[in-house]
Amino acid sequence: MSEGAAAQAIEEIFRREAGRVLATLIRLLGDFDLAEEAQQDAFAAALEQWPSHGKPDNPRAWLISTGRNKAIDRIRRDILFRTKISGEIGAAESSVDTTLDAADEEVFGDDRLRLIFTCCHPAFNQEAQIALTLREVCGLSTQAVARAFLTSEETMAQRLVRAKKKIRDAGIPYETPEPAVLQQRIEGVLAVVYGVFTEGYAATVGTQLIDVELCEEAIRLGRLLDTLLPDHAGVMGLLALMLLHDARRASRTSDSGDVVLLENQDRSQWNRDEISEGLLLVDRSLSIRGHVSSYAVQAAISALHVRAEDSSTTDWPQIVGLYEVLLRLQPTPVIELNHAVAVSMVDGPARALDLIDSLAARGRVTQYHLLHAARGRLLQKLGRVNEAREAYRAALSTTMLEPERRFLVARIAALQGICGAPPVSG
Amino acid sequence: MNYLLLIYANEAELMGLGETALQKVTGEYMDFTKSIVQAGNFKAGDRLKPVSSASTVRIRNGKTAITDGPFAETREQLGGYYLIEAKDLDEATAIAARIPGARFGSIEVRPVWPPMT
Repeated sequence: MSEGAAAQAIEEIFRREAGRVLATLIRLLGDFDLAEEAQQDAFAAALEQWPSHGKPDNPRAWLISTGRNKAIDRIRRDILFRTKISGEIGAAESSVDTTLDAADEEVFGDDRLRLIFTCCHPAFNQEAQIALTLREVCGLSTQAVARAFLTSEETMAQRLVRAKKKIRDAGIPYETPEPAVLQQRIEGVLAVVYGVFTEGYAATVGTQLIDVELCEEAIRLGRLLDTLLPDHAGVMGLLALMLLHDARRASRTSDSGDVVLLENQDRSQWNRDEISEGLLLVDRSLSIRGHVSSYAVQAAISALHVRAEDSSTTDWPQIVGLYEVLLRLQPTPVIELNHAVAVSMVDGPARALDLIDSLAARGRVTQYHLLHAARGRLLQKLGRVNEAREAYRAALSTTMLEPERRFLVARIAALQGICGAPPVSG
Repeated sequence: MNYLLLIYANEAELMGLGETALQKVTGEYMDFTKSIVQAGNFKAGDRLKPVSSASTVRIRNGKTAITDGPFAETREQLGGYYLIEAKDLDEATAIAARIPGARFGSIEVRPVWPPMT
């Protein structure tokens, strides 16, 4: 193996093991920062030793025990410097030896679940939860997390430091909550995973419509949760939803990065493996009695889309019905808007326009560009060209996403063609 | 770790509850206090007199200024506190959720620095 290939193989192992190694080191050392330093030390030692001594049989156990030893060295050095509390070193040494050999999946699984619940603790705001999860659980670099939030690396580093300080200062436990609390907490965890996914799938600002890395991380997290908490309706529903959306990723944008609407998407580009896995998960989630997950309902809607040959053979009445179920579980303006769009496919554009106008009249969503874009389409179908143009312009003024801007500009231009109006200025 | 549980509520609303309702809440507070004393979490706790009795002190440019009322006008006022010892934030917030005032006001959970040595 060439030197470059060897280094790449090691990088591969790091990438795969980073989350497990860190999660276990945090439990053993009882401190996030110390564990992160220990993990880096262990990776550095591996890069130095593995190429000449050969890769150990169990790289994960090697990385953890090396990291633990490096951390103990650090604590010792610190104590020499500032004759500190003597309990710390003893605690780190004694808690380590007992569990290390039990390098089975169960122990590591428990640690990763602990890490997820700690990062998604409700004592953090959701932005901090997402940032911590991407950094600590997914092992993304601070720079990559900063990119996801469109902020500078320095700002993100500060936010992460503040969050980790809160873990220590407020006594946020490194524990998987007890069953009574878990049901409540898992909702927050799912919201974080879905937040990562939606930011990847439908970025809110910037030049790219889809951030593939975030989508993949979210699905990885979903799979991890499904392994750690099997047969959970919410987990399965969310994973199904993400897979069914992600399956259509390639067809959602054109080669030039422009928006392609569902009805015009090339269905042969859809990822069949993700679709069949997603469909199976929807059914399993919805078959669990007593708990209807809103993610599963959304996934069921997605399933009806992917099962259809094209837009005209889609089972729209059932989609409208599912949106009504969803509105009862989660009465949000976005779902109301999607419900209205589905209604337009069953009862026609006029009825849907009424629903959207009533939604807009209640306020709160006038800054939401998709509302204006949907109104524009309905007005256009009704032949109310001038109003349609106004709606598209309103959408244009509220979106921050470059491909959507191009899409709306094209729509407006098409309308100009219809009525021969002068070009839009400004 | 020690946590200070600060109990905030809208005083005016509380006063408007009526005598029987207030007595009921007082009884609930006594039960709650007893339960956390028995569980070993209780360190201290008191009910405060209304904000109308409060004064605020500041020193600016070397001069002491005493003004009427609390520091800031807010919808909810500090009405009492518990100082508790808890294993971690989850235990502290679980105890906070059992405070009767959590049902109509809100409880701020603040970890307390250990005493300086």
